[in-house]
Amino acid sequence: MRLRPVGEDSLLIDLDTPEEAQAWYARILSRRDAGTLMPVRDIVPGDRTVLLYGVAVADAAAQLQQWSVPPSAADSGPLIEIPVHYDGADLRVVAALWGVTEDEVARIHSGREHRVAFCGFSPGFAYMLGLGERYHVPRRAAPRTSVPAGSVALAGPYTGVYPRASPGGWQLIGTTRMPLWDLEREPAALLTPGTRVRFVPQEASLESTRATTMGTATKGRKA
Amino acid sequence: MSGGKLEVVRAGALTTLQDLGRFGHASLGVPRSGALDQPAHRLANRLVGNPPGAATLETTLTGVAVRLTRPAVAAVTGAPAPVRVNGRPAAWTAPVHVPAGALLEVGAPTSGLRNYVAIGGGIAVAPVLGSRSTDLLSGLGPAPLTGGEILPLGTPTGSPLHTDSLVWQAPPEELVLPLLLGPRDDWFTPATMKTLAAGRFEISQHSNRIALRLEGPALERAVHREMPSEGMVLGAVQVPPDGSPVVFLADSPTTGGYPVIGVVPEKELSAAAQAVPGLTVRFVPHRLRHRHQSPSQKRAAAAMQEHPV
Repeated sequence: MRLRPVGEDSLLIDLDTPEEAQAWYARILSRRDAGTLMPVRDIVPGDRTVLLYGVAVADAAAQLQQWSVPPSAADSGPLIEIPVHYDGADLRVVAALWGVTEDEVARIHSGREHRVAFCGFSPGFAYMLGLGERYHVPRRAAPRTSVPAGSVALAGPYTGVYPRASPGGWQLIGTTRMPLWDLEREPAALLTPGTRVRFVPQEASLESTRATTMGTATKGRKA
Repeated sequence: MSGGKLEVVRAGALTTLQDLGRFGHASLGVPRSGALDQPAHRLANRLVGNPPGAATLETTLTGVAVRLTRPAVAAVTGAPAPVRVNGRPAAWTAPVHVPAGALLEVGAPTSGLRNYVAIGGGIAVAPVLGSRSTDLLSGLGPAPLTGGEILPLGTPTGSPLHTDSLVWQAPPEELVLPLLLGPRDDWFTPATMKTLAAGRFEISQHSNRIALRLEGPALERAVHREMPSEGMVLGAVQVPPDGSPVVFLADSPTTGGYPVIGVVPEKELSAAAQAVPGLTVRFVPHRLRHRHQSPSQKRAAAAMQEHPV
């Protein structure tokens, strides 16, 4: 663990692995909830870092030196299931990169647990880790000017879901109708750092059949 | 003088609502937002008797014109600009009485970029996550103003401040930004660190509320691997692969994947908020020294400096 001051009033806790960073973030939150954390304005986890934003730097550094933080248990944190249609525009590209069929992309991606490492890019956009290194993919050479809300996408080691339509360069593998960001909800983000995530494949054909046959019955109901 | 409405007669190039910002949600990816020139925003509120967190209008380059349905005290601060009430010249950076139905106009600044318009009682749109600020990156808060739009006003709570001792500094010929090095200055070559201190940069016209984009000598990296995304602070100077530094302003993202060579202290950013495209920028890099250190703080400071500089 290295401590790097950031400007006049912030401190970056720099760690070697995402697992360590997640454990430190969990520890910081539990200290905050217990009322034993130094005063800090905002806490921002990163891939291998935790930023204490708005803190008395020297005091905080002295305190953090005393901590020993063991890696957190893999099954800690809330679990959320996200239904996904694996029908993304880049599914074929990802299948080719992985050297598998498109169906296998869905099977592999939904067959393991992911975990929100941190948020960023836009409110409620979660960077989830969980795919082995052989499944890491590059970003698209040319970003799209608009990626639809609910797009499930891959870049580098991460899976992300676009909370709203925005430009984006990630490889789209599927879509979900689950609202990622809802200001009426507390917290507004569905996926907060530390949350465990399982993607549950939905049958696209079944869904479209249901939409046709039950069209009249479901009218007026919210999707 | 309770309630009342504000009608936008002329929205200007880009006018948004701003307050102190949106805090406590950075871990969810919510930018800080808030007035870019915080001292000007606070002064405008103080002049009309508002608390510092009341929402003001932040204008860009061409001012704004509004009409109020009730009499109010208004104040225009920030860049020096002509102020008119029903066509008559009025004071800049002073409380101005605006009768009901009168037109309050702010013209283009004679220098600088942004004005702050406070109305006694504040602009009382519903807050989003604790703030009324427009966030241009994420779309949170009210959309930028459009002509004909009507906004609700709050109830005045304090008394206008009359003062004749305001300090006004003419905008400089160049923007000098102190820069506290780190957290990732060790990703850059020694030559780059010299360039950073000696180089002259120019503010690009692609600058906005998200960032001040600079053009000039390229800042070259010593480390070429990809940097895992990490938390970003207001004033962070991030260096993307093209080597052109970017100074993070209020609407910047909460995390970023390029190394931050240094951080401009918050109090220096109000000058950056008034800097027009084409202006020269110079950095004055230095390292933070902690005074009055206890032994444990000294040990911590030593631990913080164990990474190569």
